[in-house]
Amino acid sequence: MLLLWRKSVNHVMLSLTAVCTFLTISTLFVILGYLLFNGGKSLDFNFFTKLPLPPGENGGGMANAIVGSLEILAMAGMFGIPVGFLAGVYLSEFEDKSFAPLVRYTADLLNGVPSIIIGILAWTLVVVPMRRFSALAGAIALSVMLIPIVTRQTEQFLREVPMALREGALALGASKWKMVATVVVPAGSKGVLTGMILGMARIAGETAPLLFTALSNQFWASNITQPTATLPYMIYSHAIAPYEDWHRQAWAAGLVLIATVLIANILARLVLARGISVPRT
Amino acid sequence: MSDIVARWVVLVFAATVLLITVLLVYQLWTGSAAARHRMGWSFLFSSQWDPVAMRFGAAPFMYGTVVTSLLALLISVPLGLGAAIFLSELAPAGVSSALTFLVELLAAIPSVIFGLMAIFTYGEPFLKKTLGFLPFFQGPAYGLGFLTAGMILAIMTFPFIISVSREALLAVPRDQREAALALGATKWEMTWQVVVPYARLGILGSIFLALARALGETMAVTMVIGNDPSIHASLFAPGYSIAAVIANEFTEATGDVYPAALVELGLVLFCLTIIINALARLMIIATTSKGSKRP
Repeated sequence: MLLLWRKSVNHVMLSLTAVCTFLTISTLFVILGYLLFNGGKSLDFNFFTKLPLPPGENGGGMANAIVGSLEILAMAGMFGIPVGFLAGVYLSEFEDKSFAPLVRYTADLLNGVPSIIIGILAWTLVVVPMRRFSALAGAIALSVMLIPIVTRQTEQFLREVPMALREGALALGASKWKMVATVVVPAGSKGVLTGMILGMARIAGETAPLLFTALSNQFWASNITQPTATLPYMIYSHAIAPYEDWHRQAWAAGLVLIATVLIANILARLVLARGISVPRT
Repeated sequence: MSDIVARWVVLVFAATVLLITVLLVYQLWTGSAAARHRMGWSFLFSSQWDPVAMRFGAAPFMYGTVVTSLLALLISVPLGLGAAIFLSELAPAGVSSALTFLVELLAAIPSVIFGLMAIFTYGEPFLKKTLGFLPFFQGPAYGLGFLTAGMILAIMTFPFIISVSREALLAVPRDQREAALALGATKWEMTWQVVVPYARLGILGSIFLALARALGETMAVTMVIGNDPSIHASLFAPGYSIAAVIANEFTEATGDVYPAALVELGLVLFCLTIIINALARLMIIATTSKGSKRP
């Protein structure tokens, strides 16, 4: 009798864990399906080529936001990737006992800082002295988010390079930096690149740090010291606005954003990182 | 010689990471000075938020932040832990890694997309109909409020709980499992009475990590919490969170004290998330470093 009870508990609980798995993972498909349905019927050619129209007029697109997002991401990558990469090289190859654990721990903490607070930092550092919202401020905010991600990913991927390769290079008479530059980094390059793509994909969808740094713009921004529209910001501002046609645009922008982010993730994890385990971002 | 140069170059960049963090703390501290001098400690306990009268209190925002985050954990911990158990104990290795890949994709979805989903979806009216007699579910259900925010945060925290707990469970040594089975335990008894307790620190760490994420989450919460700076018992009521008020009011804050009060809210949020994150990392390091992974 007791045995029967224990066996049924066993079956019930184990099936419940399967139900949990189904429920949690199905949210991904619900979200994707919903976006495909709503975004798919809203997305048209104009979305990529036209400027946003004032409220009340139907149509228009988000060409300026697409370009703005790319511009800010490119700048953030330019600032953040070299810093993150070299800091990662330090942690993996040149670490010393006292300073490296401190850097590692700080990078993890910085990674956990809410993105809105990174926005405050960029606001005080860039927006206040320049007295205007700008693409530059947005890029600096995003690069602050990018640095700890790239640092830790670079470190983890370089650590997976076998010790024998390093010893081989040193035995052939290479100096340490030559060993790192010509043996370790090329050997870990696929993984490092994966980490960079995942980091960029992560910041591509960030909205909170842009709220009071890049702000937004109904028109083309003439240069990087102007307020600049970005896709995530447009999704936010269009979704909370009371206009039916803006909601349609928000869904279209959501579909474009999520398609970009997920494709980058899938490519990086499945194609580029084939055979190496990808650490969590 | 060149080795020394290379060493210094990477060291400088590593120090940048440290510098940014120090700068962040410094800016939050000096940026909030005006508000700290004016309100003192009463800032943390006052529930008045009246920018016109220059009275600022953090209580409604802290309440909203904590309530939505705890609601999220209430939903995501049992579901996430269940899924982690399934992925580590039951699913064949191939299925497990495929599903874990999907979980990581869920983690990659930007938070503004979750906000977009939540703002146009209504789960609350259904709960009102079925559980309306409970005090938590009183009042009109607008579809904007604590409950919607908590539910969307729950979905956003799934990936943290699932992937970190799964790793903690996989790190439990094989002989622990075999000993339990040899004593006649069923698979579930082995999991629940041996494997889960062994990995409890890592699981707790994953919960803390999810909590830190939920506390600091901005966009999704801002879009659905309702933006009302007052304290309500009903979960249908609109509320406010720290991150949401910063997001909404920062660009329109004028004068000295108002922006400083918002920065001080940022400082409070920063301290909360840093402490919880630090605890989480320590717990995760403590579990995943011992034991050997299942082949």
